Amino acid sequence: MERPRIRWHILVFLAPAVLVYTAVMIFPLFNTLRLALYSKIDQERVFVGLENFQRLFLDPIWSDQFWNALGNNFWFFVIHMLVQNPIGIALAAILSHPRLRFAALYRSAIFIPTILSFVIVGFAWKLILSPIWGIAPAMLDAVGLKSLYAPWLGREEYALTTLSLVSVWQFVGIPMMLIYAALLSIPDEILEAGEIDGITGMSAFWKIKLPLILPSLGIIASLTFVGNFNAFDLIYAAQGALAGPDFSTDILGTFMYRTFFGFQLQLGDPHMGSAIASAMFAIILIGVCIYLFGIQTRMRRYQL
Amino acid sequence: MNQARVNPVNTALMHGALVLYTLIALFPVFVILINSFKSRKAIFREPLALPDAESFSLIGYQTVFKQGDFLLYVQNSMIVTVASLFFILLFGAMAAFALSEYRFRGNLWMGLYLALGIMIPIRIGTVAILEMMVATGLVNTLWALILVYTAQGLPLAVFILSEFMRQVSDDLKNAARVDGLSEYTIFFRLVLPLVRPAMATVAVFNMIPIWNDLWFPLILAPSEETKTLTLGSQVFIGQFVTDWNAVLSALSMAILPVLILYVIFSRQLIRGITSGAVK
Repeated sequence: MERPRIRWHILVFLAPAVLVYTAVMIFPLFNTLRLALYSKIDQERVFVGLENFQRLFLDPIWSDQFWNALGNNFWFFVIHMLVQNPIGIALAAILSHPRLRFAALYRSAIFIPTILSFVIVGFAWKLILSPIWGIAPAMLDAVGLKSLYAPWLGREEYALTTLSLVSVWQFVGIPMMLIYAALLSIPDEILEAGEIDGITGMSAFWKIKLPLILPSLGIIASLTFVGNFNAFDLIYAAQGALAGPDFSTDILGTFMYRTFFGFQLQLGDPHMGSAIASAMFAIILIGVCIYLFGIQTRMRRYQL
Repeated sequence: MNQARVNPVNTALMHGALVLYTLIALFPVFVILINSFKSRKAIFREPLALPDAESFSLIGYQTVFKQGDFLLYVQNSMIVTVASLFFILLFGAMAAFALSEYRFRGNLWMGLYLALGIMIPIRIGTVAILEMMVATGLVNTLWALILVYTAQGLPLAVFILSEFMRQVSDDLKNAARVDGLSEYTIFFRLVLPLVRPAMATVAVFNMIPIWNDLWFPLILAPSEETKTLTLGSQVFIGQFVTDWNAVLSALSMAILPVLILYVIFSRQLIRGITSGAVK
């Protein structure tokens, strides 16, 4: 055998994927991090070191918006963790019940919002919640709760929470599906063994199933984190690039878009935009690392 | 078995909860669809009523067809989605084959390098991507979108496909080698057909996010000729905010293609999520 010859076919197989991935994803990613260290002064690109970050974090013109967007983004994430994931788990727990009829039908129907685009979801809810059309107030009226109605998307104090809940409505299908799959993979013998020991129904869920699906919960939490900190579309579709009212729904994605692309009278600034992107990158990296090293390695995985 | 513990009250409660949530999930879509077929008056007077002979109207759809280039937008979305899926599957499968089939120096590192992109969203690099597309003249072409979506889809595709390719029997491939088939023939004629189900999973996973993306069309290809359906409906609806018939019809028309895709592929999609993704 002539061992040391170059096996060209390996190169041919790898080249297209590696080239496209490197050129369009990895290289721009690092280039963006690099651009964050420059600034445009008199039409010249000048190296300014960490000055952009200093402005972003400390200069009130930028930092007010940045911390506002970051705080909003955290709230956005918190709502997803507190509402979306528990509802998803509950639905999956019911769906995975043996001998439940129409399970496939419910599953497909509940997943429909997930496949719709943010534009559809954003506008549809905007119309439904709008005081002009009156569907939401009329429905609340029907159950005698009309006094609870407010134009939620137009009020600073409610808009972000409302949009987070719309996003929850849209994406509940994903945790539901992943947990459903994890629950189905639990062998019957384990549940039957529990049953013999008198653990059934709800306590079987809390004591047997939940510990077994913890790894999936970890994955869902990290997917939610990455998805939320890189969200943009829903806010843009529903509230526009200004993320109104008065920036109360501004998150990092919309802030970055406004900054680097410009809007109305503000000119785009690719370097500040890169700085925001770098901050987002750092946040996502920290989140992923907490998951990988802090949670995943400590979690006990049960051999099923 | 555990036949005895099925309690009718429990069953009713479970169905009650599921029906309630199904209604919550479908209600907005339903409201949009029925109202798109109603006259302006009926939309406001009886928003929850089905269109009847008196309130039925197609005025919204007429406005949409007159004003917007919806067919062009649909065509653009189709081109971008199909071309991206083609490249993701072809390049992804080739790389997955190289990684799962051959031992070579750097195999593990190459695998890890390609897997990086699973967790890191490509949007972070948007500033530099835009700069690159402007420099290469690809901005406002569908190619810009196809390239970005291909790069975005490759990491997960390589990961899922190489898991599946490891399961293809070695004997089969070695038999083919003994028969003198080239590595390329083995890949295209033998391995690809065997991993078709996995390819379908990858395709379905990527299809909907690509079709629905707003960020990259907005930034890389906002010109009239290259608008995708998602961006086109966003702009259209933005211009017609006060024309409720047109907005509702445009929304319905944007819902329809995805809904059709979903009906066709939902089994594939659900099987994909419930089998491959939880690892």
